[in-house]
Amino acid sequence: MRKYILILLAIVWSIAGIAFVAAAGSEADFKSALAAAESANKEAGALKNQWTTTAQQLAAAKQAAAAGDFDKASSLAKQAEALAKASIAQAKEQQEAWRAVEIR
Amino acid sequence: MSRKLVFAIAALCFAAGEPAWAAEAVNPSADFKAFRDYFTSRFPKVPLKDFVNGPYSMDADLRKQWEAKEEFPPYEFALEQGKEMFATPFKNGKSYADCFPNQGIGIRQNYPYFDEKAGKVITLELALNLCREANGAAPYSYVKDEMAALTAYMAYTSRGKPFDIKIPDDPRALEAYENGKKYFYQRRGQLNFSCASCHVQSPGQRIRTEVLAPALGILAAMPIYRSEWGGMGTTSRRFVTCNSQVRGVPLDPQDDLYRDVEYYLSYMSNGLPIAGPGARP
Repeated sequence: MRKYILILLAIVWSIAGIAFVAAAGSEADFKSALAAAESANKEAGALKNQWTTTAQQLAAAKQAAAAGDFDKASSLAKQAEALAKASIAQAKEQQEAWRAVEIR
Repeated sequence: MSRKLVFAIAALCFAAGEPAWAAEAVNPSADFKAFRDYFTSRFPKVPLKDFVNGPYSMDADLRKQWEAKEEFPPYEFALEQGKEMFATPFKNGKSYADCFPNQGIGIRQNYPYFDEKAGKVITLELALNLCREANGAAPYSYVKDEMAALTAYMAYTSRGKPFDIKIPDDPRALEAYENGKKYFYQRRGQLNFSCASCHVQSPGQRIRTEVLAPALGILAAMPIYRSEWGGMGTTSRRFVTCNSQVRGVPLDPQDDLYRDVEYYLSYMSNGLPIAGPGARP
């Protein structure tokens, strides 16, 4: 019986350990996603073409991280990065594209 | 085939593939003519001077409501406040009148102008804050009531005077003009709208409940009382709001680019009368 209890405890500890590692990994993922999103948004800022929705997603990501929900936080940070990248692409495309609609 | 001929053919092919505007120089007077022709031929029934009335020049029902409202205009309080503020001296005894030509009366139509000494576009809002700072007073917010009141009074003393914006033969002035034009036509924000999407391509159309104003004469009635805002708004406030509405992060009020846009749009309205302060839905 004692042997079984020890085996059970070992299993529980292993699961807890895996869960802890998974959670820690998720926070690292969030930090990396946040850094990428903030870097892209900074580039959009240098082009004077940030989007309000990028800032909203960044704020929501930080809020989720503060509440300990790193999966949600990572997902939101990745959405923010995608929005920031789209705003950069828009700014670059519009460097010349505007001329096609100019009244002439 | 000689090498020269190959180069000549290559150059021709390259030239043929280039868009017409690729080698164009900045030409404000040609832009002005094309801009005016576009609006007058698109809206042949609108008298030229009526474009300054924005959405009311496009929509008869809206115009009737506005005419009724003008009997007791919603900007009247701001106008009185602005008149009083304008006449109140700074602590050093000087006043706004000392900062402007003709004591600041009837000069709105000359703003913005390109200051060759400073190398930048000076709008009326910026000139007012420069005046305040030169006389030891703190600058006003560009998007709040005090600035709107002051500009409302100065616009009122200039009503009916035609816009007279000058672009000196100075590469920096031409660059500012071109930057303003570029900003006006560039799409931005998550909704991918440019200023021109609404005010060139769609004047008279509705966007939700609003009737879009034509870009021709669009700044002549500034500052404006907007029912939507429940108060007065400066040109700066208008630009900031336009950017936010398309989900773009606005620039700082009176950013170089906003002043350049104002320069471009005001030049496009040369000859049209100042109608500010105005009232809009």
